Amino acid sequence: MMKNVFLALALLVPSLTFGAGGNVHLDKANYDLTDNASLQNGAKLFMNYCFGCHSTQYQRYNRVAEDLGIPVKLMEENLIFTGVKPGELMENAIQEDDAAKWFGAPAPDLTLVARVRGADWVYTYLRTFYVDETRPFGVNNKVFPSVGMPHVLQELQGVPNAVYETRMIDGEEQQIYVGIESDGSGEMSDDEYDHAVLDLVNFLVYSAEPIQLERKRLGYWVLGFLFIFFIISYLLKKEYWRDVH
Amino acid sequence: MKALIGWIDERIPLTKTYNKHVGQYPTPKNFNFWYIFGFIAMVVLVNQILTGIWLTMNYNPSGDGAFASIEYIMRDVEYGWLLRYMHSTGASAFFVVIYLHMYRGLIYGSYQKPRELIWLFGMLIFLVLMAEAFMGYLLPWGQMSYWGAQVIISLFGAIPVIGDDLTLWIRGDYVISGATLNRFFALHVIALPLVLVMLVFLHIVALHEVGSNNPDGIEIKENKDENGWPKDGIPFHPYFTVKDLAAIVGFLFFFCWVMFFFPDGGGYFLEKPNFEAANPLKTPDHIAPVWYFTPFYAILRAVPDKLLGVVMMGLSIAVLFVLPWLDRCKVKSIRYRSTIHKLNIAQFVICFIILGVLGVLPSTPALTLLAQITSFGYFAYFLLLWIYSKNEKTKPLPDRVTK
Repeated sequence: MMKNVFLALALLVPSLTFGAGGNVHLDKANYDLTDNASLQNGAKLFMNYCFGCHSTQYQRYNRVAEDLGIPVKLMEENLIFTGVKPGELMENAIQEDDAAKWFGAPAPDLTLVARVRGADWVYTYLRTFYVDETRPFGVNNKVFPSVGMPHVLQELQGVPNAVYETRMIDGEEQQIYVGIESDGSGEMSDDEYDHAVLDLVNFLVYSAEPIQLERKRLGYWVLGFLFIFFIISYLLKKEYWRDVH
Repeated sequence: MKALIGWIDERIPLTKTYNKHVGQYPTPKNFNFWYIFGFIAMVVLVNQILTGIWLTMNYNPSGDGAFASIEYIMRDVEYGWLLRYMHSTGASAFFVVIYLHMYRGLIYGSYQKPRELIWLFGMLIFLVLMAEAFMGYLLPWGQMSYWGAQVIISLFGAIPVIGDDLTLWIRGDYVISGATLNRFFALHVIALPLVLVMLVFLHIVALHEVGSNNPDGIEIKENKDENGWPKDGIPFHPYFTVKDLAAIVGFLFFFCWVMFFFPDGGGYFLEKPNFEAANPLKTPDHIAPVWYFTPFYAILRAVPDKLLGVVMMGLSIAVLFVLPWLDRCKVKSIRYRSTIHKLNIAQFVICFIILGVLGVLPSTPALTLLAQITSFGYFAYFLLLWIYSKNEKTKPLPDRVTK
C-alpha cells in the first residue's frame, strides 16, 4: 500500500509545473542538436537579427565555431561583428543604460534563455508577434504581453496579424485567439519562417548547454559500465553470503 | 608489511580500530534494503567534498563574478560540467538518502534506548546539512538563489525584538549582497563541512559503541556464543563491504541516470529561474525553496501568522530531536508493534510527502487548508505516539533475528 502511495506521488510531481506567465498554448519546438546545418543557420540568424541587442556573454566564438563545425576563419569574417578575437566571450557593444532608455529595459543576455524559459516558449514567442498599434513598436506578443522588444524578424515573416474567431461559449459570443497570419510581405513563407525560428531555437538550446550531446553520450557508457559492475558486485555478494545462514 | 603494521600498532591503535569498526564489528545478519542508506550517505558526502574542492578552484565568490564563474565552469573548465552536476545532483541525492535513512530509523525504532545519542547526532547532521544546502544554494547567484535566500533569511525577522538586527547580522548588509555571498561561501566550504564530518564521526562512534539495531529490533548482543560473539552477528568486512558495494553501484546507476540525462531534475534539482543571474530589482513570479525544504516550508505557510509559522516550522524539526523520549514503547521494530502505530507512521509519511508537494506550489485557499490538515497530521504523529506507546499492545519478540 505504502509503496503505491509513494509511486503515485512520485509520478504526480513532474506534472506540477512552475507558474510561468501567459496562458497561450506553447507549440512544441522539435529541435535537433545533431543537425549542424540547422545550428549553423540558427547561429547566422542569431548574429544577424538578435546580437545587435542581446549578447550571449557566457560562451565564446571559437567554441561555437568548433561545436557547430564552422571554420574559425569563416566565423571571423562573417559572424564576428565587434572585431574581437575568436577566443573571446560573445559580448555585444550595446550599453545597458542605452538599452534601458530605448526599450524600457536592458535586453537580457540569451546564453541561457532556453534553460530559463524553455525551448517551446522561445519557439512560440518568436512566432506570436502581432500588430498592435497601442504598443510603442506597433507590435505585441501573445506569450509575453506588452513586451518591450520590436518584431526584429518582421522582414522575414512579413507583417503578422492576430487572427480571432467568433465562437459561442456558454451562450455568449466570444472572440477567441486562433493564431497568427502573415500578410505575406516577408522574405519567407510561413513554413520557411517556422523553420528559421526552429533553427534559431536550436542554436539557443545548444548555447544554454553546449555539452548536452556529449553528456548523454558519456551517460550511456557510464550506465552500461555500472550495469555490468552491478551484476558482478551482486554475484560477489551472493558468493560471500553463501555461508551466512 | 607485517613489521610496518606492528610498528604502527605500537604507536597508534590501527589494527584495534580497524577490527572494532570494520574487521570484527558484529553486524546483524538480517539487515534489509533499508540499511544501505547510511553507507550511501557517506559516499555522497565524500562526493560532495571532493567535487566541492574542485569547484572551489574555479568558482568566484563575488556578486559580480559568481554567476559567470559557474558558466565558466560549465563551459570552459575541462569536465567542469561533470563536477558541477555531480555536486548539484549530489545535494538532492543527499537529502533523498538522508530522508530514507531517517525513515528506516523511524520504522525500526533505531532511535530508542540505548541509541538515543546516535539519533541526536543524526539529527544534528540533518540540521547542519540543511544549513549547508541552504548556503550552497546561494552560491550560483541565480534568481532563485537570491530570492530563496531572501525569503528564508527574512523569516528570522519574525522573531520579536531582535528579529531585524538578527537578519542584518546574518546578511552582513541591508539586503542580500556580495557580503552575504562571501560569508555563505566561507561557511559552506569550510565551517559547516568540518562540523558535518565531525558529527558523522561521532554518529558512527556512537553506533559502534552500542551496536546496530536491526529490522527485528532485538539486541543481537544478548545472544552470544562461547567466544562472546553475537550469534546473529557477522563481521562487517567482508559481508557488508561486499553488500554495500553492490548497493552503492545500484545507487550510482540511478544517480548517474539522473545526472547524465536529467541534471536539472525536471526543474527541481536546478530550478529554471536560477539560470538567470540574481537581480535584486526583479522578483520571480513564484519563489519556491528547493524540494528538500518544502515539507517544512509548507508547515510555515500553513500558519496564517508569520511568527507562529516560524515557530511551528522550528518545532517541526525540534520535535524530531526528542523522538527517543516521546516513544515510550519497549518494542522497537514496526514488525512487532501495534496496528495503531503502523497507521500512525503511514499517516505521518503521507502527510510529510503531501507537505513536500504543497511546498513547491503557489498557495491557494484550498491548498492552504490541505497544508493545515497535513501539518496537523505531522505533529499528531508525535503526540499520538507519546500517548499510546506507554501501554502499547505489542506482539511477542523472537529470541533470534528472523530472515
